[in-house]
Amino acid sequence: MKTVLQVEGLAKHFGGIRAVEDVSFEVHEGEILGIIGPNGCGKSTLFNCILGQLTPTSGRVRLDGQDVTGLTPEEMNKRGVSRTFQLLQVFPELSVRENLILAGQEHRGTMLSRLFGPRDAGLTAEADRMIGFFRLGHLADARAGGLSYGQQKLLDAAMAFMAGPRLVLLDEPAGGVNLTMLGDLKERLKVMNAEAGSTFVVIEHNMDFVMSLCTRVVVMAEGKVLAVGTPDEVRANPAVIEAYLGH
Amino acid sequence: MSDIPSFTGNVPSPARSFWRRTDGVLITLLVAAVLLWFVPAGMGRYGTYVLSLWLVTAIAVMGLNLTLGLAGLKSLAQAAFMGIGAYATALLTTKGGMGWLPAFAISGLLTFAVGLVLGFPALRVKAHYLAFVTLAFSTLIWLVLRNEQWLTGGVFGLSNIPRPTLFGMKLDGHLAFHRFVVVVTLILALALWWLIRSPWGRAFLALRENPVRAASLGINIRNYTLLAFAIGSAYAGFAGALYAPLVEFIDPSPFALSASFFLLLMVVAGGSGYQLGPFIGALLGVVLPEYLRVTGGLYLILFAAIVVALLIACPQGIMGLLERGWTAIRRRPAGRNLPVKESAL
Amino acid sequence: MAEFIAYLIAGLATGAIYALAAIGFTLVWQTSQTINFAQGEFVMLPAILILALVKLAGAPFWLAAVLGVALFIALFGWGFKITIVDPMIRHGVLPLAIATMALAIIMKEGAKDGFSAEAQSFPSLLPAQTLSFMGISISLQHIAIIVVACVAIGGLQWFVTRTRTGRQMQAAAQNPGVALILGIPVARMVMLTFLINAGLAALASVLISPIYLAKFSNGEVIGLFAFIAAIVGGFNQVRGALAGGLIVGVIDSLAAAYVSTSYRLAVPLVLLVIIILVKPEGLFGRKEERRV
Repeated sequence: MKTVLQVEGLAKHFGGIRAVEDVSFEVHEGEILGIIGPNGCGKSTLFNCILGQLTPTSGRVRLDGQDVTGLTPEEMNKRGVSRTFQLLQVFPELSVRENLILAGQEHRGTMLSRLFGPRDAGLTAEADRMIGFFRLGHLADARAGGLSYGQQKLLDAAMAFMAGPRLVLLDEPAGGVNLTMLGDLKERLKVMNAEAGSTFVVIEHNMDFVMSLCTRVVVMAEGKVLAVGTPDEVRANPAVIEAYLGH
Repeated sequence: MSDIPSFTGNVPSPARSFWRRTDGVLITLLVAAVLLWFVPAGMGRYGTYVLSLWLVTAIAVMGLNLTLGLAGLKSLAQAAFMGIGAYATALLTTKGGMGWLPAFAISGLLTFAVGLVLGFPALRVKAHYLAFVTLAFSTLIWLVLRNEQWLTGGVFGLSNIPRPTLFGMKLDGHLAFHRFVVVVTLILALALWWLIRSPWGRAFLALRENPVRAASLGINIRNYTLLAFAIGSAYAGFAGALYAPLVEFIDPSPFALSASFFLLLMVVAGGSGYQLGPFIGALLGVVLPEYLRVTGGLYLILFAAIVVALLIACPQGIMGLLERGWTAIRRRPAGRNLPVKESAL
Repeated sequence: MAEFIAYLIAGLATGAIYALAAIGFTLVWQTSQTINFAQGEFVMLPAILILALVKLAGAPFWLAAVLGVALFIALFGWGFKITIVDPMIRHGVLPLAIATMALAIIMKEGAKDGFSAEAQSFPSLLPAQTLSFMGISISLQHIAIIVVACVAIGGLQWFVTRTRTGRQMQAAAQNPGVALILGIPVARMVMLTFLINAGLAALASVLISPIYLAKFSNGEVIGLFAFIAAIVGGFNQVRGALAGGLIVGVIDSLAAAYVSTSYRLAVPLVLLVIIILVKPEGLFGRKEERRV
């Protein structure tokens, strides 16, 4: 099995607070890896360190074996790693379609072609396909800021796929989304995974969501990795039950 | 599961509607240009001069509107950049014996380049450092203009700046020169209209709204930020290149720091981020005081007070007010919620 | 050498005044994200107000000084916060910054049209004597300025770090959310920083006007130097702003003496650019971690 992302001994300290401490795990091609853990256990900080929003205090991040520690978020994105954020991050002023075009435009053409070329950077068809896939068709021209929370969450996820990434990191995609929409999102992620071969890392609180979506799960507690394994293995792990599931 | 569409397969795509909405900005620009071509026919020398000054100021405000309104960067040197353009054009066309067109191009390129050099260190740190660096730069330019007498004429300025001759046509008369200003303004406004609609414009907006998310989508924040600032500065250079032959005499005072503040207030008054905002802002800032016959300082106070009131009541400026009114009228019969552009600030 | 020391002391004196303005600037920035582009005008106006009270109302100087400063603190501490900052801050940092630019124009043009376009002499607290000491002539006025400013800044530092209210103010600046949960009256603390800012500006105004005369356009240079001092010292520190002010003052004074009077302004500007290039967090500032 090919390893896409490798995290080795990653640590992040804020002053005296050790948000992430010696975290190591691997992401294999084509899998959906879940990262779970209680609030404040360092999951989001971990994402931010992997993707360059924060500089890790120590440790390495490798993408396809290449050291990418400390690269900027846009360099990581250019290398085919997309993400969503815990809080909603769509551009409310732009329409749904414009949001999607924006998410893909830097991966098409050159700076010059983006100035003098077509204003959609040739991405309208791709954006509309994504809109259809996430069933936002009736909202394609609506202001993203006017959408419901769940719809914005779908758009947010859709934006992460516009550049045709090989690895997508989703930070709490299910947070605040109603049950119907949640099922929708899960099925879509599964389809993406099966058909486009995208690899995912998903941070979630919602245990059902993670256990039914992910092929492997990393359990974190207090900034450290507690256990790694299939959903069933993790569920049976006494340390995990003690630290997380037991409460 | 059956109702989940396949991702790689063909998906029925919704109706394309990129060009559905007719572009009001484009139509307004073209109609206004035609009107402005003919309007000053009976206005006399001074009236025509005020109209030309309005358009020239609007060009500088347009540039600042890109920097501030679209990309969200505080530049406090727009008047200084305009000064660079004006002095460059004046020197090149008098002492340099150059034609206006190459001098105009050089003014734009020079201010673009200075914008890049100035923006690079500031934007490396934090977007609001640009405000302080441009503040310092503004003062520095003013010092140079005032002290380097051999080049700039010091406080006495440069006089006898020739009006351009293009393709054998002398543009000496006030009407001919005004029409020339109308054409140049239209070209520059159309170029900006194109830029804002291009993926660049979308990226500028993204870095104003949410730079963190923009970076995670592969948008090179530093490049786009620098470009927005440099292009905005180049527009000030272009405005200066028109200003010099318009007034035929320049001295350092209209390019001081307070003038940069004033240009910023015009952006806000017109409606920051709106493409037609700069014309309204410059109208309030330049034309209105001429017709109200209110003296300089007093009008400045009045104008600044109006801007503060606008910022409190409607930060989207006059354009925002117009848009609010327009949606209120349209909403009533149709009963539909139209997408409204929110505050650009 | 004697000359150099005289310039140094003159520089420290003006530097102490820039420091007062810079400290006020960083205080309101910390507690309310207000970038006050009218800070220089805040230093310009109190002296004009006092002179106006003397000239127009015929008040004796001491009374005019007390009334003028009180009026200024009421208008530009309390009034500024209530009428400009409070309604504007919900729209974001940028509109507020632009509103302060508009305020700067109003204050400047108001002083010019409402009072005088000419520079006015302003009575000094001390007779303009010079002391001779080992061949060095030192202006008593400069020494007095340094002492008064240092006492004021020392008092402020003591207030912020040693008193209950001062520590509450610090907490409100660093994390308003948590401070509110802890029961600290954040709104009142923020208002306090605006009053302190106006007070510091008024003090700076009374100190600097006897030297540079009271003129409507004084704010431009003072404001510029206050920004530079704040950035050079480190945007988030009182002692940084103090050091920044002194450094800028000394550099300005030495530049005027040894470089060129017409380009004296340019030297601190160059310093600003060097600091931004080499140590952007300022000499005493802490590096801020990028947050998501």
